[in-house]
Amino acid sequence: MTAALRFDPIRLPEKCEQLRKEVRAFLAEEIAAGTFDPHKPNREDTDAPEFSRRVGAKGWLGMTWPKKYGGQERSFLERYVVTEEMRVANAPTRRFFVADRQSGPVLLKYAPEHIKMDILPRICRGEICFAIGMSEPNSGSDLFAAKTRATKTDGGYLINGTKIWTSSAHIADYMIAIFRTSQPTKENRRHGLTQFLVKMKQPGIKVNPIGQITGQYEFNEVVFTDFFVPDDHVLGEVDGAWKQATSELAYERSGPERFLETYYVLTELVRAVGPNPDTRSAEGIGRLVAQLHTMRRMSVSVAGMLQAGKEPVVEASIVKDIGTVWEQQLPHRVRDLAAFVEETATNRETLERQLDFAIKTAPKLTIQGGTTEVLRGIIARGLGLR
Amino acid sequence: MAESDNIVVETAEKIFADLADPQTINNDKKNSWQAPLWQALSEAGLPLSWVPDDLGGSGASLADGFALLNAAGRFAVAVPLAETMLAGWLLAQAKIASPEGEMTVLPASPRDRITLDADGSLSGRARGVPFAKTAKHFAVLAHGKDGASIALVDAGKGRIESGLNVGYDHSDTVTLDKVQPVTLKAAPKGLDQTTLMLMGGVARSLQIAGALESMLDISVRYSNERVAFEKKISKFQAVQHNLARLAGESAAALAAATSAADAIANAEAFNDEVYLEAASAKIRCAEAAEKGGAIAHQVHGAIGFTMEHILHRYSLRALAWRDDFGSESHWAVELGKLVASRGADELWPLVASR
Repeated sequence: MTAALRFDPIRLPEKCEQLRKEVRAFLAEEIAAGTFDPHKPNREDTDAPEFSRRVGAKGWLGMTWPKKYGGQERSFLERYVVTEEMRVANAPTRRFFVADRQSGPVLLKYAPEHIKMDILPRICRGEICFAIGMSEPNSGSDLFAAKTRATKTDGGYLINGTKIWTSSAHIADYMIAIFRTSQPTKENRRHGLTQFLVKMKQPGIKVNPIGQITGQYEFNEVVFTDFFVPDDHVLGEVDGAWKQATSELAYERSGPERFLETYYVLTELVRAVGPNPDTRSAEGIGRLVAQLHTMRRMSVSVAGMLQAGKEPVVEASIVKDIGTVWEQQLPHRVRDLAAFVEETATNRETLERQLDFAIKTAPKLTIQGGTTEVLRGIIARGLGLR
Repeated sequence: MAESDNIVVETAEKIFADLADPQTINNDKKNSWQAPLWQALSEAGLPLSWVPDDLGGSGASLADGFALLNAAGRFAVAVPLAETMLAGWLLAQAKIASPEGEMTVLPASPRDRITLDADGSLSGRARGVPFAKTAKHFAVLAHGKDGASIALVDAGKGRIESGLNVGYDHSDTVTLDKVQPVTLKAAPKGLDQTTLMLMGGVARSLQIAGALESMLDISVRYSNERVAFEKKISKFQAVQHNLARLAGESAAALAAATSAADAIANAEAFNDEVYLEAASAKIRCAEAAEKGGAIAHQVHGAIGFTMEHILHRYSLRALAWRDDFGSESHWAVELGKLVASRGADELWPLVASR
C-alpha cells in the first residue's frame, strides 16, 4: 500500500471524563457569572484577561509541559478535552489559545533556559498573550519569501519590515516571528530565515488594526522600525527556521478548533427544529452529525498518535483539510435546513444572528493557519506524488 | 488499517493474495476462482469467525472479525464472507449452531420484516439480500407476538427472485411463505432488527473503507505511471489535489468504520453512543464511496471505465454496499430523529462521549 494512513480508534481514558466534568462545571459558573454568553460566538475581538487567569489557575494552560515551567505534565488527550469543551461553549480563549497551543511548545524546544523559566510560567498562569508573525504583505502561503530583515548588530539584531494578518498583535505581549537573517541560497530557497521571540508593546513596533469582513478588528499589520532584539531571543538555528517549522504543524492542524469554529449553528438548528423534526430536517441533521462525529474521531486519533510520540503530519493535514471545509460549509447547510423552521421557534432570532456571523466568518476558515491548497500539497507529498 | 496486525487478518490476506489477485479474477469470465477461494477461506475458519467453538465456528473476537471485513473490502471479492460472518453471529446470539457452507441474513433492509406465525412458521419478503441466490442457509431475524426470534432456514425453502446490485453481485429478493425453520429460538433481550442493521451497516462500512484504501492505492500508482502532456499526471497540481481529497475520503471512511467497530466490540449494550458510532459510520462511508470513487475514476480517465480494468471492482462495489442494511439516507433520518429527541443541549455530550 502506498498510503498507509492510520486513524486508530482511540478511546479517551477515564481521567479525561473526570476532567471534562470539571471543565463543564467551571464554564457553567463563568456563564452564570456573566463572563461570556455561550450563544454569542463573537469572541474574536473579545479580550478576557481575568477569565484567562482563572483558566490558568485551574491548571489548564500548558498542561502537557514540565512542572518546573509551571506545567502539569498531563497528556495531550487531557488537553484535547479542555480545548474542545472551551470551543463548544464559545469561551473567550483568544488571549491564551495561541500561547498554549503553539508558542509555548516552540519556546520549550528552542528557547534558552532563563527565557523558559521567565515566560512559560506566565503563560501557564494565563497572564500573557502571544501572536505569530509569519505572513508579510508579499509572502503569505509562501512562507519562505519573507523579507522582513534582522540585521546583526552589537548584542542582537535590528528588525526592519512588516508582518501582516497577525492575529491578536494588538493585545499580544510577545510574538514569535520569522525574520530574514541571510539571503536564500541557490540550492535551498528556504535557507536564511530565523525564528525570534519578540517582546511587543515597545518603541520600534507599530501595530495597525485591519478591519475584517465580519466587522471585527482581530488581525493587524505590524511594522518594525530599527527594533532591537537581543541575541538570546533567537529561537533555534540562525538561518535554519525551515527545519523547525514542520514538526509543529501536527499540533497546530489537527485540534478541535479545526472543525468546531461554527459548531454553534448546528446546536441552535437542533433547538429550532424541536423534538419532532420533519424528514428533511432529520436527514440534514443526521448527516451533519455523522460528519462531525467522524471528524472528531479522526482528530482524537491524531491527538492519541501525538501522545504516543508519533508525528502524523499527513493525517493532521487531512483533519484540517476536511475539518475546515466542513466548518466553512456548515452555516450554509444549516441555513438550508432552517429555511422552513417555524416562525414561532423561540430561538429563531438567536439562530439568525448566529448564521449572519458564521456566514461572514466562513471564508477565512480555509485560509488561516495553512490554506486548503497548501494542505493538499502536503498530503500529496505524503502520498508520494511530489 | 493498511497493515495487518492480527493473525486472522494475516491469514485472510495471504489467502486473498494467493487466490484472489484482482487482475486475474477480473480476467476470469467464468468465475472459476470463486470455489477455490471459498474453500480456502472455509478451511481457515474465516466465514464463521464470529461463531464460538462450541457452535461450530472458530471463535474469533468481534474486533478481529471487523478487521477481517476491512481486509476483505481491500480485495473487494465477490464471495459471501461478510454475509456468512453476519449470519453466524446472528445465529450465535441465540446459541444456534452454524452449519457449513455459504449463508446470508434476512432481512437486509430496515424496511422489510419477517414475521413469526403462531404455528412456528416464517413469512415475509426481504429485498436486496446479498448472495441469497448462492446461500445454503439463511439466518433470519423474525418478529412474532412474543418479540424477536432468530431462525436458521434452509435456503431451498424460500422463493428467490434473482437480481444484481450496482457492483454485479447477487442482491436478491427472498420471499418466505409459511416456511418451517430448521431451528428457531427467542432472540436475547436487546437484540432487535435495529441491532442487526447496525451490525450489518458497520460490516459494510469497513468493506467500503477497505475498497477506498485500494482505490487510493491504485489511483496513486496509476498517476505515477501515466504520462500526459510530456509528464506524469501525478505532477499536475489539479491531479495532486484530487488525490489528496481521495486520501481524505479514504481516511474519513477508515476512521468512522474502525471507530464504530471498536465501539461495538467494547460495548455492553447498543446504547445511544453505539448508535451514533454505527449510524455515522454507514452515513460517512457511503458519502466517501461516492466522492472518493468519483475521484478514483477521474484520475484513471477512460481506462478506468472499462471492464478490463480492475478499478470498477472496488468503485462499484463500494457504491453498491451503500444500499445494504439501511442506506445513508435511512440512517441520517434516524440519527437526526435521535439527536432531535435528545435535545440541542444533549448533542455535544453525545458527540463527546468517547
